[in-house]
Amino acid sequence: MFSPVWFILIGTAATLAATRIPRAVVAPFGAASALALFAMALGYVGTIGDGGAITAPFWSVPSLGIAGGLRVDGLSLVFLLLIAGIGALIFIYAHAYLAGDPRLRRLVVVLILFMTAMVGAVTADDIVVLFVFWELTSLASFFLVGYDHENPAARRAALQALLVTGAGGLALLGGLIPIALAAETTSLSGILAAREAVLAHPAAIPAMLLVIAGCFAKSAQVPLHFWLPNAMAAPTPVSAYLHSATMVKLGVYLLARFNPLYQDEALWQSILAGFGIATAATGMAMAFRETDLKRVLAQTTVAALGTLVMLIGIAPDLSIAAAVTFLIVHAFYKAALFMVAGIVDHETGLRDASALRGLARAMPLTALAATLAAFSMSGLPPFVGFVAKELIYEAKLDLGPGSVALLGLGFFVNAATVAIAAIMSYRLFFGAPTPTPNKPHDPPAAMLVGPIILAVLGLIAGLLPALLGGAFVEPAAAAILGRPIAVPLKLWHGFNTVLLLSAATIVVGVALYLAWGRLVPRFKALRVVDRFAPAAAYERGLAALIALAETCTRNIQHGSLRGYLRTMFLVLAVATLATLILRGGAAWPAANDLTDPRLLLFAAMLIGAAATAMARTAIAAVLALGLVGFSIALIFLTFGAPDVAFTQFSVETLMVAILAAALLRLPLRRTDTRTAREKLGDAGVALIAGIAVALVLASVLATPFDPRLSLWFGENSAAAANGRNVVNVILVDFRALDTLGEITVLAIAAFAVAALLRKGAAK
Amino acid sequence: MSASLILRVSAPMLLWLPLAASLYVLLRGHNEPGGGFIGGLLAGVGLIFHAIAFGAAPTRKLLRLAPTSYCAIGVLLAAASGIPALFGAGPYLTHLWWFPDVGIVLPLGTTILFDAGVYITVVGTVATLFLSLMEEETL
Repeated sequence: MFSPVWFILIGTAATLAATRIPRAVVAPFGAASALALFAMALGYVGTIGDGGAITAPFWSVPSLGIAGGLRVDGLSLVFLLLIAGIGALIFIYAHAYLAGDPRLRRLVVVLILFMTAMVGAVTADDIVVLFVFWELTSLASFFLVGYDHENPAARRAALQALLVTGAGGLALLGGLIPIALAAETTSLSGILAAREAVLAHPAAIPAMLLVIAGCFAKSAQVPLHFWLPNAMAAPTPVSAYLHSATMVKLGVYLLARFNPLYQDEALWQSILAGFGIATAATGMAMAFRETDLKRVLAQTTVAALGTLVMLIGIAPDLSIAAAVTFLIVHAFYKAALFMVAGIVDHETGLRDASALRGLARAMPLTALAATLAAFSMSGLPPFVGFVAKELIYEAKLDLGPGSVALLGLGFFVNAATVAIAAIMSYRLFFGAPTPTPNKPHDPPAAMLVGPIILAVLGLIAGLLPALLGGAFVEPAAAAILGRPIAVPLKLWHGFNTVLLLSAATIVVGVALYLAWGRLVPRFKALRVVDRFAPAAAYERGLAALIALAETCTRNIQHGSLRGYLRTMFLVLAVATLATLILRGGAAWPAANDLTDPRLLLFAAMLIGAAATAMARTAIAAVLALGLVGFSIALIFLTFGAPDVAFTQFSVETLMVAILAAALLRLPLRRTDTRTAREKLGDAGVALIAGIAVALVLASVLATPFDPRLSLWFGENSAAAANGRNVVNVILVDFRALDTLGEITVLAIAAFAVAALLRKGAAK
Repeated sequence: MSASLILRVSAPMLLWLPLAASLYVLLRGHNEPGGGFIGGLLAGVGLIFHAIAFGAAPTRKLLRLAPTSYCAIGVLLAAASGIPALFGAGPYLTHLWWFPDVGIVLPLGTTILFDAGVYITVVGTVATLFLSLMEEETL
């Protein structure tokens, strides 16, 4: 059995290799790497089915308190198999779907990167590792949604997905940190084991809410659901992979991961159940406002994610088993239907559900895949969708009388699901054919493999529910509950309330289907939804943010050098003075000997400063400033700092030379253009800054000198560093890392100058 | 830029004297006033004299490499001087010393590599600043 580290190593290596191998085989290469991961994950089934888990050390940083580590348990395994298995089918599909597209390689590279990030996120046993992979999925998704980057709508959708999930990522980080602090470890299993400590922490509730917010953003829960339908700007292979089976379920995954921690908290249960069912109902209602095949599917995905979150929230064993089963079932049929939608779009040139009918004669195999997947989606026996739906109803009925709202809304959601499934199969493929831009026919085999395999898997799993339950559902449910459970999955439960509910669902669903043609225009006409939906709030918020940024930039980055200097000096002065006042005012040093001849140097400095301020031309100002600089150098020299004086001399010489070189390009005798009022303002700023610096210096001098450091350096410079020049020894030895940083800054400044004055650098 | 005859004749001296002095200052820096930073500035002064006397292009030719390359080489040299310490002696940038006896005891340390890195970076920065400014036609 392979260590889980291999998943990440192989994924990374495949990402890099995909940038190099011939373009014609890049997608098959992606499929092969996904299959390798799938095979490795299959190797875990036995161990995990027996209730075990596979762990491996990974990326531990003890000095930062990061425990690191990977861990594969039942929940991780279900995700691993879905990610790698569906991934392989997606790569095969993309090979034909995007054949001839020059950007295919980029898509494949980012898809492999995404797959690796997903694998890392679901195997991480450390919140830091998890978070890094979590964010990586958002980043990869940004590039995948924005694949068609010349289309402004695609760019907008990519940015929206990034901003919403990125903001969610920040919330998640904000929640994970207090949890890790409370548990005194970043290890996920460690956090789950330290349950009492985490829950007793004063920030336990806000931390939990932040984690929920992060997961809700990722898994498109109300009110953060709007990005998912918009992300349909992505090419179909991406939608089928990210937006049905994998990335959007990462939020559900993390909620499931943290369920052992919070499952007995009433707040956790009510938030998850409440928002989950609200999301399910919203998604289904919105699905009736769409006719674009992919957007219809995206809205039903929102609904499915809501159902999953709700099932985690309502807690008893049955609902968790239902959640895992539904997760698997949904991945099968939704990925299949997305691929079917892509095929229809690809082969007919249309993806408007209201304009397409009767395609079965032209594309029989596609129709077969769509019909099988739609049966599973509707929850008809003997498909696995039926098993999942029965479980969901059973779990809700188990809750007792309090669950009427959940049951009622859930019933509506399921009936609507039946109707949408009928749209995706019966309406599209049967009836009288309608004219299409392209003459429809079945797509190449590569595009059919995925939907057919997934649709048939839905049937097989439905016929062998015990296998699905024992090998996958029970271990995963045990991981979500934090204790082993036994929920035997059965296709046939006998004649009971649940079966009655199922039958009623089908009847109402068929009725909804028949009304579909009339319902959609009415739902679409509800403009009030567009105006007050969260999507509109997002647009307004984004516009306000950009306006704010523009205002700030206009006022801060105004491009006036004088303005920048004024701001810098004022901030310096105000900050210094405020600090001085808050720390008890300035102090004054004891009087010095005023007969020291060195005072003359200070007088020269003052004269130079005054001459600079009063200079009429720039060149005069430069020369006067030189007087100040050289006076300072002489002061250093006479007070016994030859190194500093030496440096000051050189810097002053260079300064004058460099300024002169610059000034040679300017009119030499150009005089000051400031108005009297501006001059007065500048003088005021200069005066305040000068006073602030003088007061600080005086206060420093009034503080008794602490000789410990200079003594230490004096004693150790020759002994420990073989040098008698303490200044140099500090620079190159004791504080060498600081010096390295400083010369790096120096080099960066030189690069910036060379780039700004590019003409010179090009010669 | 046209310079006076006096400047053009004395420029070679104004280049090589500061350069020689700068190397002396660099080498003695560990025990006497001096070091890489001051040495680099001095060498920069020499280069500036050369550029004022003969123009920017001959100075660039004299430097052979682009001035910014000196910055990069300097930073890399200083950064590399800390690497030998990683093989056992201690944390990064712990300087190592040898005292080979060649008639007199010659103290050699990795500090000089570090200081030479500082020197080269400073020379490169001064040259970049001055030459770029000189060649800029409109400011």
